[in-house]
Amino acid sequence: MTGTFVGMPAFPSAARAALADTQLRHNLAHATGVIRGKRAAVVGEVDNWEELRLAGAAVKERALLALDTQLVRLEESLTAHGAVVHWARDAEEANRIVVGLARAHEVDEVVKVKSMLTQEIGLNEALEAAGIAAWETDLAELIVQLGGDLPSHILVPAIHRNRAEIREIFARRMGEVGRPAPADLTDEPAVLAGAAREHLREKFLRARMAVSGANFAVADTGTLVVVESEGNGRMCLTLPEVLVSIVGIEKVVPTWAELDPLLRLLPRSSTGERMNPYTSTWSGITPGDGPQEVHVVLLDNGRTRALADEVGRQALRCIRCSACLNVCPVYERTGGHAYGSVYPGPIGAILNPLLRGTGDPQTDALPYASSLCGACFEACPVRIDIPEVLVHLRSQVVDGHREDRVPKPEAVAFRGAGWAFGDARRLDRAERLSSLAGRLLRRRGRTSLGRLPGPGSAWTDARDLPAPPTESFRDWWRRTDGGERP
Amino acid sequence: MNRAENGADNSARAEILGRVRAALLDVGGDLPDAPVVAPAGAGAGAAPGDLVALFAERVADYRATVVRCSPDDLTAAVAAALPAGARVVVPAGLPDDVRAGIPDPIADTGLSATELDAVDAVVTRCRVGIAETGTIVLDHEPDQGRRAITLVPDHHVCVVDAGQVVPDVPDAFALLDPHRPQTWISGPSATSDIELDRVEGVHGPRRLLVIVVDPA
Repeated sequence: MTGTFVGMPAFPSAARAALADTQLRHNLAHATGVIRGKRAAVVGEVDNWEELRLAGAAVKERALLALDTQLVRLEESLTAHGAVVHWARDAEEANRIVVGLARAHEVDEVVKVKSMLTQEIGLNEALEAAGIAAWETDLAELIVQLGGDLPSHILVPAIHRNRAEIREIFARRMGEVGRPAPADLTDEPAVLAGAAREHLREKFLRARMAVSGANFAVADTGTLVVVESEGNGRMCLTLPEVLVSIVGIEKVVPTWAELDPLLRLLPRSSTGERMNPYTSTWSGITPGDGPQEVHVVLLDNGRTRALADEVGRQALRCIRCSACLNVCPVYERTGGHAYGSVYPGPIGAILNPLLRGTGDPQTDALPYASSLCGACFEACPVRIDIPEVLVHLRSQVVDGHREDRVPKPEAVAFRGAGWAFGDARRLDRAERLSSLAGRLLRRRGRTSLGRLPGPGSAWTDARDLPAPPTESFRDWWRRTDGGERP
Repeated sequence: MNRAENGADNSARAEILGRVRAALLDVGGDLPDAPVVAPAGAGAGAAPGDLVALFAERVADYRATVVRCSPDDLTAAVAAALPAGARVVVPAGLPDDVRAGIPDPIADTGLSATELDAVDAVVTRCRVGIAETGTIVLDHEPDQGRRAITLVPDHHVCVVDAGQVVPDVPDAFALLDPHRPQTWISGPSATSDIELDRVEGVHGPRRLLVIVVDPA
């Protein structure tokens, strides 16, 4: 039922398709504009926002630079409070653990709290293959799941859908998997949310097992934290008998007190609120209250690979607020699907190559899916220098092709440029040719070159190449005597 | 299934910790062990009266209802906060002056989720109120009850003592026990998933009414 990112085309071709979708661009421009405004207003209320960012970054850095000690401490404290800790090297291993737990309890369905990590590992598909239904309970995730669609934003996964599309999905699909949408369903957001409430409540009340992620995991107390708005998280975390939380190893926060800056930074950066409606914390089992069997799966799945990259490891500080998506001019125009991953936008452009490694066309394209304008770094509540990591990863992609027997067209072009720039007479001749071409084009009213032939087309398919100037700088200097004469 | 029964888990644990150590070889040396202290929150040093006024304003900003009363008026304020004929569940440790405002309260004796679904409202106390963010924090002690009772019914009435209100998030962290389950509540259940239009009331209580009891 759900879509998959596997086999998605690389960013340039996916982006081209997205740019042609005017409905998508309209939905995205509206949504990112609204959320940017809300965020700016509540961030502006905080006098010492910059100090708070520094503290948030320092907390995550302290945990990451001693991650082995922190993980062992987390395991000890979770176990001491009655949770069972599992470790998983990769997606396959994590999925096998969750399927095994579902089978051991003989459940054929689980309710799920919105979790990026379970999407990263394809948990729903693994459960489905084992005959276990996984019900997404976050409204946006429900829209994506029922629509057989893919998430396109970290915080608002159905940001690319408008109310009319959502009404149509609910009316068509809800009845096939549970309580149908009411016959008089309108496209009012309140009415649609009401239909989701009715549809999901029967699932919450009967579910015996829930799966969640965690926003934070406190090493010294074993406290897990889930931040949400709708109450679906609270339903999943407290009503079923068995709770399984899959936690990326980078989610560790050393101490309880150090959660403070992160809980102040996250809602303001993410939804543009002073605080999100609901935050749930729990540490293991509480007798008589909530699930009486609690499992925590600590997952690597590429995180140690990212940690080993001295420049890139700062990406593991990410608290998944999505502020970088909402300020990114590239994301705003292409949407999330073009990035081919559950982590889209600027953070996805660095996180995916760091987690999966460079070397395939899909991840290799991502460090280039940016204008390097730096807005993402300004917005990031934990000060991840995304442009720095993008440039670093670009160099890795280039290095990966140094030994190619057939060099890439860019390499040929830059070798040619190097040759031309290496000698003043050669450059002079090249400039004369180029300004002649520029004059001819502009005479025909052209300001850009359009599609280049041959290998150059790979460049111009994704970018507009401006027509060359009609006069080179050196010609201008000679003609005006360095700007002295008009 | 625990770790001892699961050999794969043990080798995964060793391998992941080994990879972490290998990844951090460049860091070397001793790391600063002192916890990071974040800057103080807003409102530190504010007068108590201003703090409670800010709390009331920020809670109301989330489209929750805020009522302020004196200790003498508390019972009447609780009674007025409940719709006529509502079936109301209460935690075992709810103080008498709050309970007296509830006609025929239903004691929570481990009601099932389905039984709670048939209840209209719940009345509790809380542990801390945060002025800056308009948040109430429940730590599910006996005056607040199990997590489920403040989740399933549609109407939550929460009584906050003015003295429980702190300026900002770090002040709350200092007071709360990380080993107790906690629920931080800022306004009623809400979603902005459809065109970023905020809608109150999805899965949690659709109405939140906060009664602030000012000092006598």
